[in-house]
Amino acid sequence: MPFIPHTEEDVRAMLAAIGVDSIDDLFDEIPAELRASGLPTIPEGLGEMGVGRLMQQRAADDGQPLCFIGAGAYEHHIPAVVWEIVTRGEFYSAYTPYQAEASQGTLQLVYEFQTMIAGLTGMDVANASLYDGASALSEAVLMAIRANRKSKSKRILMPVTVHPDYRRVVDAIVRNQGITLEFVPYDAATGMTEMAALEKYAGEDFAALVVPQPNFFGVLEEVDVMTDWAHANNMLVIGLVNPTAMALLTPPGEWGEAGADIACGEGQPLGSPLASGGPYFGFMGCKQEHVRQMPGRIVGATVDLDGKRGFALTLQAREQHIRRSKATSNICTNQGLLAAAATVYMALMGPEGLRNVATASHANTRKMIERLTDAEGVAQVFSGHTFHEVVLRVNADADSLLRALAAQDILGGYHLGEEYPELQNCLLLCATETKSDEDIERLAQNMARIIGRNSERPVCNKLKPKNPAQYGFNEE
Amino acid sequence: MSNLPQELKYSKSHEWVRDEGDGTYTVGITDHAQGLLGDMVFIELPEIDRELGAEEECAVVESVKAASDVYAPVAGTVVERNSAVEESPELVNQDPYGDGWLFRLKDVSGLEDLLDADGYAASIEE
Repeated sequence: MPFIPHTEEDVRAMLAAIGVDSIDDLFDEIPAELRASGLPTIPEGLGEMGVGRLMQQRAADDGQPLCFIGAGAYEHHIPAVVWEIVTRGEFYSAYTPYQAEASQGTLQLVYEFQTMIAGLTGMDVANASLYDGASALSEAVLMAIRANRKSKSKRILMPVTVHPDYRRVVDAIVRNQGITLEFVPYDAATGMTEMAALEKYAGEDFAALVVPQPNFFGVLEEVDVMTDWAHANNMLVIGLVNPTAMALLTPPGEWGEAGADIACGEGQPLGSPLASGGPYFGFMGCKQEHVRQMPGRIVGATVDLDGKRGFALTLQAREQHIRRSKATSNICTNQGLLAAAATVYMALMGPEGLRNVATASHANTRKMIERLTDAEGVAQVFSGHTFHEVVLRVNADADSLLRALAAQDILGGYHLGEEYPELQNCLLLCATETKSDEDIERLAQNMARIIGRNSERPVCNKLKPKNPAQYGFNEE
Repeated sequence: MSNLPQELKYSKSHEWVRDEGDGTYTVGITDHAQGLLGDMVFIELPEIDRELGAEEECAVVESVKAASDVYAPVAGTVVERNSAVEESPELVNQDPYGDGWLFRLKDVSGLEDLLDADGYAASIEE
């Protein structure tokens, strides 16, 4: 049964009222060559029952493997009450409502969210969220170009220790606006951005330096030194941070002498499950002086005519419905539902709970490193301090190792070799608070066994997962 | 009827220009413009040394009603900006031809294209 409110008769009556023959005529002004002639690669529609079955089948295909992959998305325990609350009808929408002020409850929740993000990042203000971590970084780059009035260039310094996907997304979004990214190498021993490499850019005109914390390798960057260096060279500082780590580490607002100017990141660790890659949400905050250059919606607290506390969208002159093409961004929407989940998650955990999650994740990762490097043929690659991820070099073909682990229902890390050719057979592994000692033991024993076997004889081709594609592996 | 000092020059886009007699020219928005826009909440001014072409967008005035671009009424180089209006945007409402000025230009050209007070008055009555 179609859920379309207008009958054919309604549609005919409406067309007759405006003197148009057909709905197609309404699109006349779009030139024919710009109109899609059909969607040949999209399969036929399915009924509700068929869609239900398909989705259940796909969920079953994903299975519930023991996951040691982080690389930008992190498995954390989400208390059941989080989604119980946010799936209530009052909250269950992807967006802030169009008639925003009529939904005071939603605005209050967004206001709380902004307050928590500002607190977590040490920033003065935060927005109502963005699409995801990568697009949040892209928006931060665009914002820095606008906000840095000392800089005449449209150049950004971007360490290669920033997530490779993020670098690609940022490039795709900013390239056609004449903005260029200069990539800064990392120190092969520590895994941190190389200060000597950064120093080569001293005195040059860049709008901003991106500082990831922790970086893509899970290694902690020298954020204070980098921040002060950037400010001394008239650059703004964009802190790209993991929100869980912020419970333990110095927040961007307190980096160096003056603090970072903009903070952003991926919000998924705060209450969103690993759902085949999304939906996730991005967060962003900044110093007060840059607030008018910040994209996205901002909810403010105010009082009504009777002096009662209320909430309203504020600083809307930044946004596209007022400033059109001159808006700070034409992505002024947000990920309301995921941000709502994050708000409930943070409220439930509190600062102490979040600190416990961060501490347990760090401790489990330490345990995992000790246990895995105990075995022959596994070694930690970088000497820099880690938060909850680590790079390990294995004395084996990493892709084969991961395939063999997947056959045991273990996702044993992310192979860095493709993105970083110098890191062939290096795995990025993560152990959050969800990993028990038994889980780590299971990973360690399987890994040791497979590496040991592989060093003696060729890869056993029978040990393949039933459906390798689901783990992102290609059949040989 | 809004206030239109006779000694100033005007643009159709509602900026005024005053010859300071020392080679610099002060620019602001007219009383008529501020009246239409309503209470100012934020002003963004051009950077010092920026070279502006005539009719180039160079500042933003944001009121409770709208955000509007301010155009350079003549070509020139920015030599001074009124940081007082950045701190207190309401100066533009209170004293548009005095404390509410926006920026000063030197090396200007295109003065001959501006309107006098009567010409501007006629343009806003159209």
